[in-house]
Amino acid sequence: MWKFIRPRAGTLRFWQVLVLVVIFVFWWAMTTPGVIPPLMFENDRQASFFFGEPIKIVVRIWDWFVTDRDIYGHLWVTLLETVLAFLLGTAAGLVIGMWLALSPIAAAILDPYIKAMNSMPRVILAPIFAVWFGLGIASKVALGFTLVFFIVFFNVYQGVKEVSPTVLANARMLGAGRNQLLRHVYLPSAMSWVFSSLHTSVGLAFVGAVVGEYLGSSRGVGYLILQAEGTFDINTVMAGILVLTAFALVLDWVVGRAESHLMRWQPRAGETEKL
Amino acid sequence: MNAPALSLTGITCTFVSRDVRSQRYTAVRDVTLDVAPGEFVSVVGPTGCGKSTLLNVAAGLLEPSAGTIHVFGEPLAGINGRAGYMFQSEALMPWRTALGNVMAGLEFHGVDPQEAGARADEWLKRVGLGGFGDRYPHQLSGGMRKRTSLAQTLVLDPDIILMDEPFSALDIQTRQLMENEVLELWAAKRKAVLFITHDLDEAIAMSDRVVVLSAGPASHPIGEFVIDLPRPRDVAEVRITPRFIELHRAIWNVMREEVLKGYAQQKLAA
Repeated sequence: MWKFIRPRAGTLRFWQVLVLVVIFVFWWAMTTPGVIPPLMFENDRQASFFFGEPIKIVVRIWDWFVTDRDIYGHLWVTLLETVLAFLLGTAAGLVIGMWLALSPIAAAILDPYIKAMNSMPRVILAPIFAVWFGLGIASKVALGFTLVFFIVFFNVYQGVKEVSPTVLANARMLGAGRNQLLRHVYLPSAMSWVFSSLHTSVGLAFVGAVVGEYLGSSRGVGYLILQAEGTFDINTVMAGILVLTAFALVLDWVVGRAESHLMRWQPRAGETEKL
Repeated sequence: MNAPALSLTGITCTFVSRDVRSQRYTAVRDVTLDVAPGEFVSVVGPTGCGKSTLLNVAAGLLEPSAGTIHVFGEPLAGINGRAGYMFQSEALMPWRTALGNVMAGLEFHGVDPQEAGARADEWLKRVGLGGFGDRYPHQLSGGMRKRTSLAQTLVLDPDIILMDEPFSALDIQTRQLMENEVLELWAAKRKAVLFITHDLDEAIAMSDRVVVLSAGPASHPIGEFVIDLPRPRDVAEVRITPRFIELHRAIWNVMREEVLKGYAQQKLAA
């Protein structure tokens, strides 16, 4: 028996699922009243009050997705905010990064301000954005934008600065004008740096959306969590967190697929095929 | 009528350190060099003598501190549009396939993509990479990348070909193959070639004329030899002919002292 399930490449999934199951069983045993005598709390209901009960959480998620079908609207809003923040932040970071990398004087003038804005804890801007853009989607997109923008900006800046001088000289010798250099040399080089930060920037766009919702909104998964917290409904809070986590994993997977498709030209270690 | 394809007159290049303005380095001083149309000229010199600087000046990538450049009689301003440049280090765009790289120059010149593709494909076949058009540079070997570079440069049919130690990174067998291929392509088209190398054998085997540069700093031509070996040549076979050995000895006599000087300077700096 052990021979079949011994940890190795083939049984990886089994062991991954097993870890999850163990965590949930432990959680269940520690929180369900009456399973084990209370260790830390005087009352055996207190553990479930603080940590939630896995079974109720699963039921909650089931209700959201199957019975009541009322989470899709919230998920859609969160997704929309994430995607908009990501796209706008990336576009702005790309344009401004390229501009500053190619005009050293502008970069020198703006340098202290960019450093200052990057060092600022930008999550603190969320309430201001709520005042400026209201409690709808726009304020969340704005928050996600500020988070994504700097990641992309610094990567593009670096990417343009690190274009190989030989490749650049070669393109010029082949007759590339300024616009062609921009399109065929600087942009692809910068894009490779953008893609290498794709996981981070999509993750931050998601953080921006959820934190924005959490601080004030009327829709979205962050809003659901905020509502549940208001009534000390810890099971719903936990369910919301689990849904967000699963959602983030899906986003990360999509990004990974896009990345491997778009970055085919980059060398990877050990690209040999076993015959 | 018969203006030289490339004419460098009194070229001096002094580099100033960006941090310390008083630190200067004169790479080449007062270099005068002509390349006739259809002529294959090699420049040899000890390591670090400013050979590449000279080539960058001829390409229009680097403005000399003093001196003038004429291309077919016209003074050069900006990039030398009639020249193709084969670089010493990797110059292919890593995000383009081999075919995409060869096509790039045609694309920049506004050639219709379909026609550009066909012409690029033809050139890939000519350099022996027919089936490798869809590979990215990192999927090609060093020799294949050099062939791609060669096709990339020659597909534009430049009147002047500048080559900066193009084969120095290759192993000796691949190198001789490539040298023969280049000679063959050159014999077919008879372009003016300015070939930079530190390898005297390679220079003699390929060229019509060999120019020897002194050791840097402030290097300048110290000798010029007409190579009267008959063509077509095979770079491996020509090396064992008596005339080759004679020429080699004559040029090496001039070069030896400079090589030792250059070496001593580098040791001193280290």
